[in-house]
Amino acid sequence: MIAFYAVLVPAIASLFILIFHRHPNIRESCTIIATFVTFILVFLIAQEFLDGKSIECTIFEILPGIEFAFKVDAFGLIFALTSSSLWILVSLYSIGYMRALKEHAQTRYYFCFAISIMSALGIAFSENLITLFIFYETLTIVTYPLVSHEESEEALVAGRKYLLYLMTSGSFLLAASLITYAITGTTDFKPGGILNPMDEVLLKILFFFYILGFMKAAYMPFHSWLPTAMIAPTPVSALLHAVAVVKAGVFGIIRVVCYIYGIDLIKYLNLDLILAVLASFTVIVANLLAIGEDNFKRRLAYSTINQLSFIILGASLLSPLALMGAMMHITFHGYMKITLFLCAGAIAVVTGKKLVSELSGVGKVMPITMIAFTIGAIGMAGLPPTAGFLGKLYICLGAVQSAETFAQPLLLSVILVVIIASILDIIYLLPIVISAFFEGSEGVKREEFRDVLCLFMVVSLSITAIFSILLFIYPSVLLLPELAEVAANEVFKK
Amino acid sequence: MNDIAVHQFPVLIVTTGVFSALTILVVGLFNRKLCYYIVLFTTTFHFVLSILTLNHVLTKGRIQYWLGGWRPPWGIEYVVDELNAYVLVVILFLSFLGIVYSKRSVEKEIDERKHPTFYTLMQLLIAGCCGVVVTGDVFNLFVLAEVASLSTYALVAVAGGRALRASYNYLILGSLGICFYLLGIGFLYAVTGTLNMIDMKILLQNLYYNKMVQVAFVLVLVGLGIKAAVFPLHTWQPDAYTYAPSAVTLIMSTVVAKAFIYALIRLVFSVFTIDFLKIYVDAWSLIPVISAVAIVVASILAYRQNDIKRMLAYSSVVNIAYITLGISYFTSHWSLSGALVNILNHAIAKGCAFAAVGAIIYKTGIKDIRNYAGLAKKMPYTSAALLIAMLSLIGLPPSVGFVTKFYLAIGSLEVQNYLMLAIILLGTLLTLAYFLKVIEELYFKHSENNAEEAPLSMLAPTMFLAILCLAFGVYWLTGIPLDFVEKLVTVIR
Repeated sequence: MIAFYAVLVPAIASLFILIFHRHPNIRESCTIIATFVTFILVFLIAQEFLDGKSIECTIFEILPGIEFAFKVDAFGLIFALTSSSLWILVSLYSIGYMRALKEHAQTRYYFCFAISIMSALGIAFSENLITLFIFYETLTIVTYPLVSHEESEEALVAGRKYLLYLMTSGSFLLAASLITYAITGTTDFKPGGILNPMDEVLLKILFFFYILGFMKAAYMPFHSWLPTAMIAPTPVSALLHAVAVVKAGVFGIIRVVCYIYGIDLIKYLNLDLILAVLASFTVIVANLLAIGEDNFKRRLAYSTINQLSFIILGASLLSPLALMGAMMHITFHGYMKITLFLCAGAIAVVTGKKLVSELSGVGKVMPITMIAFTIGAIGMAGLPPTAGFLGKLYICLGAVQSAETFAQPLLLSVILVVIIASILDIIYLLPIVISAFFEGSEGVKREEFRDVLCLFMVVSLSITAIFSILLFIYPSVLLLPELAEVAANEVFKK
Repeated sequence: MNDIAVHQFPVLIVTTGVFSALTILVVGLFNRKLCYYIVLFTTTFHFVLSILTLNHVLTKGRIQYWLGGWRPPWGIEYVVDELNAYVLVVILFLSFLGIVYSKRSVEKEIDERKHPTFYTLMQLLIAGCCGVVVTGDVFNLFVLAEVASLSTYALVAVAGGRALRASYNYLILGSLGICFYLLGIGFLYAVTGTLNMIDMKILLQNLYYNKMVQVAFVLVLVGLGIKAAVFPLHTWQPDAYTYAPSAVTLIMSTVVAKAFIYALIRLVFSVFTIDFLKIYVDAWSLIPVISAVAIVVASILAYRQNDIKRMLAYSSVVNIAYITLGISYFTSHWSLSGALVNILNHAIAKGCAFAAVGAIIYKTGIKDIRNYAGLAKKMPYTSAALLIAMLSLIGLPPSVGFVTKFYLAIGSLEVQNYLMLAIILLGTLLTLAYFLKVIEELYFKHSENNAEEAPLSMLAPTMFLAILCLAFGVYWLTGIPLDFVEKLVTVIR
């Protein structure tokens, strides 16, 4: 039941947030307490899991063969650990950000945030597709008010677009899950898959339904909701990009590849190739688009699109090392991207700058923030000493490992894609750092925020930056290699 | 509870209902305040009786009651099995909440001198609908349907002004519908010589190829289709819902619509039976097509409305289409389950939506959604209820709407009809599109107005329904009521 409690804690917190809507301090305390409780619970679950205990609980049976049930496994834990640990930092940051900007509707904001985390944990611990779908749909709906938070016409349009894309995708997911149920009589995630090679055409179409269903992974050409959603407050962008939403998308894709279809069936149907092409295309094109983007947050959004497809690429190689790399990169990218967003938000709050071209000299006014940003940027490019390097390393090693099944030229092109992507990452992120530190700071005026609110932001973004490096030196701090190894072993049946 | 006593309950509900209506008329001459309490008391009493009836039916089997002791097929028989007991509970539960809700709304919207007649008609309407549900006699069904319909025509017209035209439209179309029905059962009487449903079912078994029976089927289908506002026979419904007083709209959308869709299901499945549908496929195979078109077209029409009540009215057309879509695939267990479950689910969600909208009209007079800006701040609970109702109608988990969608989707896979699956999911997106308009205005726009929260007697039923939207959704999902759903499906199979 402990997995269920972990999902329940944010839900209960959301109720308290509603109750104390007139007392901001108590309300935020509820959030903070819940973040810590949730993280500790998830961490305990992870330890218990690594001790070899099986943790599962069935709440009820919806239909014969479809249960509303939670089951802890290694891959789910990676996602859960990422979300719950980042929730602590984003919440601290939110307090500073929201109060400094005197944002409206803060109760709604914190309420939806807590429910989003509940959904993310629900997705992570789901035992089957239907349970996952229920949380996936909830996640879509509760993040909508966050995206439209600004309540301007532009924000409403962004919200509509967001819902249009993601609800459509939800429908595909439901259809795919139910078709799976109709074929196999179950929707449980099982390492090695539950589908059997039978009607090839049906299975291929079904796979496209699943891919469309996990549109949250923001692969091209279905990515445009993500840059549009950048209108939201920065902590929300962090939630979308690092903590819950897009991660739920890639999480779902890996789940389907490894736990519904199974490695063998994917290979048999040649779906890995399709996935690899889709991902490679997105990796390159997203980075090219990022170069031309002047809006700071939108540029980061394109970087996310690139990194997500990079994770999908890792999964599509179908080798143990690449899969481990893909799984761990979910966390790595989470920490690095959140650093970048928190920095972008802090800069916007303190100096009011939202465009890349205005950032010259910011580094002199806000050195800590810009150092953190630099670390994040290095991480995006996959250079040491940041965690991003580990992710890229594992995936490249995985590519070599899968040499026997993949044709040689294809393999080389995958590695080429990774290298080009890294170079492009440098091209569009490094100039920001250079101009921020080495150009004149005449245009930058520091607004009056020399109070404790700033501290909330600086502390949390420093912690994420430190973690981006710490995860490189010692990834076991979040039990990542251990969990990823268990997951890869069970998927590849070693 | 004594078995013999329970056997009297169905007839007791109808007769005391009619008697109570007459009492109100007389009492109204002396004391207008008392009228409301008589209705309230009667409906509460009936609700309790209906629950006892359901309990009895579930534990001990169906109830057959012969009026005046005349044996069928000569006398009128009331038959209550799982299906009618279930619909009866739904109807009386929503009536009860509707009556609690109506007090303040009626005080404001209707001239005090008209109160006795208003409540008389309301009581007659409820009694008529209950009668439609419990009767086992096709002609008796006609009589009670007319009792319910005539009261509804008058109730729609109470508001005056444009409501008069809406009511007139409804009157013409409704009478046309009931004439078709009468003609249909006339044909059936001509070939079978009986009016009792069970008897008729047995006698019809050898007559399925008879042209007269087939014509009668179409007449009954169209007649009751008009009454239940099945697309494309729904044209009276948006006007009637829009211009009727809030309390009446609430009762119409939940009680009247459900009673007639029940009558349709009962006639089609218990008198003509599935065997007949299998032979006379031509007419029946149109139903899924019509339902699919209805879901798309009515949703688009709903999207184009700015009047909230009219939008909800079109949403009702969509939901009736879900029910007809479900029953059209009678070979599939889950498809039928989805349709039958939606009788309750839609009543709860739509009842909640109309109640919340009525409360907003009561406090501010706003009917146009473009003026909804800022209401969420002023009327937080009513807005929250409306939000939950809308999310439920969209079909988000874990609300009641999701359960309907889920069952229907599984049903569509059971019969391997992927097009139906696509239509159901498309329906979700279209519903989202038009309710998003409301949600945006309600929660993301601001304007100054001096609205305040609705009075408790309106808020309590509204909130209760909102909670039920979620509670029943979870309850269906827990799988505990699957046995019950199974029984419902067995009745019509």
